[in-house]
Amino acid sequence: MSKQTRDVGIGCFLLCVCVAMGCSSDVDNRKDTSTQTNSDSTSSEKALASKGSQKKVRIQGAGASFPAPLYVKWFKAFSASHPGTQIDYQSVGSGSGVKALIDGTVDFGASDAAMTDEEIAQVKSGVILIPLTAGSIVLAYNLPEVSELKLTRQAYTGIFSGRITKWNDPAIISTNPNAKLPNAAINVVLRADSSGTSFVFTKHLSAIDEAFAKSPGTSKMPNWTFGTKAKGNEGVTAGIATTPASIGFVEYSFATGAKLKMAHLENRDGKMVAPTIDSARATLESTELPDNLVAWISDPVGEKSYPIVTYTWLLVNRTYADRDKSDRLKELVEYCLTEGQKTSESLGYIPLPEKGVEQIKSSLSKLQSLKE
Amino acid sequence: MTRALERNSKIERPAGELECIARPPSLLEQRADIVFRGCCYVIAWLVIALVIFIVAKIAWSSIPAISAYGFPFLTGQQWDPNAGTYGILPEIFGTLVSSTVAILLSSFMGIAIAIFLSEGLLSSVLRLALRQLGIANRSKWSRLPEKLERGLLNVIELLAAIPSVVYGLWGIYVVIPTIRPYCNFLNANFEWFPLFGTPLSGPGLFPAAMVLSIMILPTIASLSRDALNSVPIKLREAAYALGSTRWEAIFMVILPAARNGIIGAILLGFGRALGETMALAMLTGNSNRISWSLFSPGNTLAALLANNFPEASKNQVPTLMYAALVLLAITLGVNLLGAIVQQSATRKGNLWTRI
Repeated sequence: MSKQTRDVGIGCFLLCVCVAMGCSSDVDNRKDTSTQTNSDSTSSEKALASKGSQKKVRIQGAGASFPAPLYVKWFKAFSASHPGTQIDYQSVGSGSGVKALIDGTVDFGASDAAMTDEEIAQVKSGVILIPLTAGSIVLAYNLPEVSELKLTRQAYTGIFSGRITKWNDPAIISTNPNAKLPNAAINVVLRADSSGTSFVFTKHLSAIDEAFAKSPGTSKMPNWTFGTKAKGNEGVTAGIATTPASIGFVEYSFATGAKLKMAHLENRDGKMVAPTIDSARATLESTELPDNLVAWISDPVGEKSYPIVTYTWLLVNRTYADRDKSDRLKELVEYCLTEGQKTSESLGYIPLPEKGVEQIKSSLSKLQSLKE
Repeated sequence: MTRALERNSKIERPAGELECIARPPSLLEQRADIVFRGCCYVIAWLVIALVIFIVAKIAWSSIPAISAYGFPFLTGQQWDPNAGTYGILPEIFGTLVSSTVAILLSSFMGIAIAIFLSEGLLSSVLRLALRQLGIANRSKWSRLPEKLERGLLNVIELLAAIPSVVYGLWGIYVVIPTIRPYCNFLNANFEWFPLFGTPLSGPGLFPAAMVLSIMILPTIASLSRDALNSVPIKLREAAYALGSTRWEAIFMVILPAARNGIIGAILLGFGRALGETMALAMLTGNSNRISWSLFSPGNTLAALLANNFPEASKNQVPTLMYAALVLLAITLGVNLLGAIVQQSATRKGNLWTRI
């Protein structure tokens, strides 16, 4: 029995590695032939489409895990109202989403971090970045006796650069005179994997603190030298929930989902702001979207603005060989911008301000895309 | 048995008839035989080729990193993709420490279980109880002890069927909160002792090693039991005949006799512990530091790979492959050692018959 299990275990291991190898080489192959297969499949799909009255369109996307629950909901609703459309979305992470779009293995990508000019240049058929929703990053903490925690900029940059290590540090006490802050070490929970969340958070910290900008600096995977690390938003959430005297940064929806307490943060105007949908929306309204729709909100203005808010983008090619696909994708984006926005709040995402939606729509038509 | 058959056939075969039951295999049977044998050969060699292929592929993909970072990769303590400095000493350290602590805990438990199940400690108590009830000789009840022992062993082996992620979640939500007060007590009172040098806040090497020890328990328990069961019965009888107590028989005769098999079991468990990924990625804290304290967070090679591969850039993949190669080398080394020890154990098994 034991020997068998061992052998089976070894077998499984070999199989897994084998599959992984197969996958990696598959991707390489696909990369080489992506242009070919694209044109092949489109010609056959066209033939099919002209034959049958109902056009079957299959759209594949991959990318960021943060907006995945919302996207899946939207895509499901869209498929239901547009028979014959099948939209698959794989939540593989922002980095992988961008990679997949560059490799041409998906029809659209999604990313929390907007693509860099370098990355955009690598996409042969061009790319448009469309902000579809936004989220805020909150500092969730686990102090059973503290129901409300207010952190100044000095305090939270201090905690996340390792300068403040105790909960009863004067920098924290000054804004929380009545809170029972324990004489305990702060357990900082960080991300172990490369993530858009870390990128946005460190970008904000770098913008407001010079020392932080030097080290660890803005990065998807900052080189933190303290704290414990967990994988994914869900890992960090679990870490905070189970570790007393801990603090960590997660997306708003994860913190509310796990009923974690969230710290109020000082914004640029020196006001303490609680992380809510409204305060995040105030942030979005205070920022102007540029023409390329890539706005980094590293340190927003406005009294009511919550300081750490980020857009998340859908990455769509500028041109598609298949007209049905591009038309359907355009409809999809419009759906997400109008109908979709109504449902985003219920899942903890921030609806785009109306001004922004109009601008995105006009930019979309200005960019004159999605057609042959 | 064969003699009995011969006798039977002699009786059954009537004197005059020369008809033979045996016949040469038909063409179909011959072909089927060849095909079957061929399949076995091909599949067996495929598996071996696969191992070689995997090692070669990993080594091949790690060549750029090996030439770029060389030996300092193994001794560096920084893993900073932004600055391009890579070192895996904390991970090697964490892998070895977590596996070693796990193996210490697990071999203690595993050998205890093996003794309990193979030396009739359970069945002797049960037999006594049955005799008291006066049903020891009924066929239905007399086999109960053996059945119970086998059932218990199956339950322990079922531990191997629990997915690693479930172990990880159990570690986060059950093990860590449970052991935290005890660990912090040890830290508060024995801080001078390096192993208890820091408090246990959340994830750390010790909870990881604890969960790991349960994951490898089935391997150690069942292989050790096999080793104990294969100790010749006359050795036991001789020990008792010389007047040794059961305690003396187990610890001075039977355990030393099964020593090599048990060491092999422990080494195989060690090999499994080294490669365990998911539960450790969830429980170690993934922090690149070397600390002698068991309660401080650490990292392991397998967890490093699991956390970094999904979004690794093209330049980073060879580096991770290099780390994978190191892990493979450690694991293969330990497994090889285990196989050698087991082999020598079976060879030395004859020693006892010679004595």
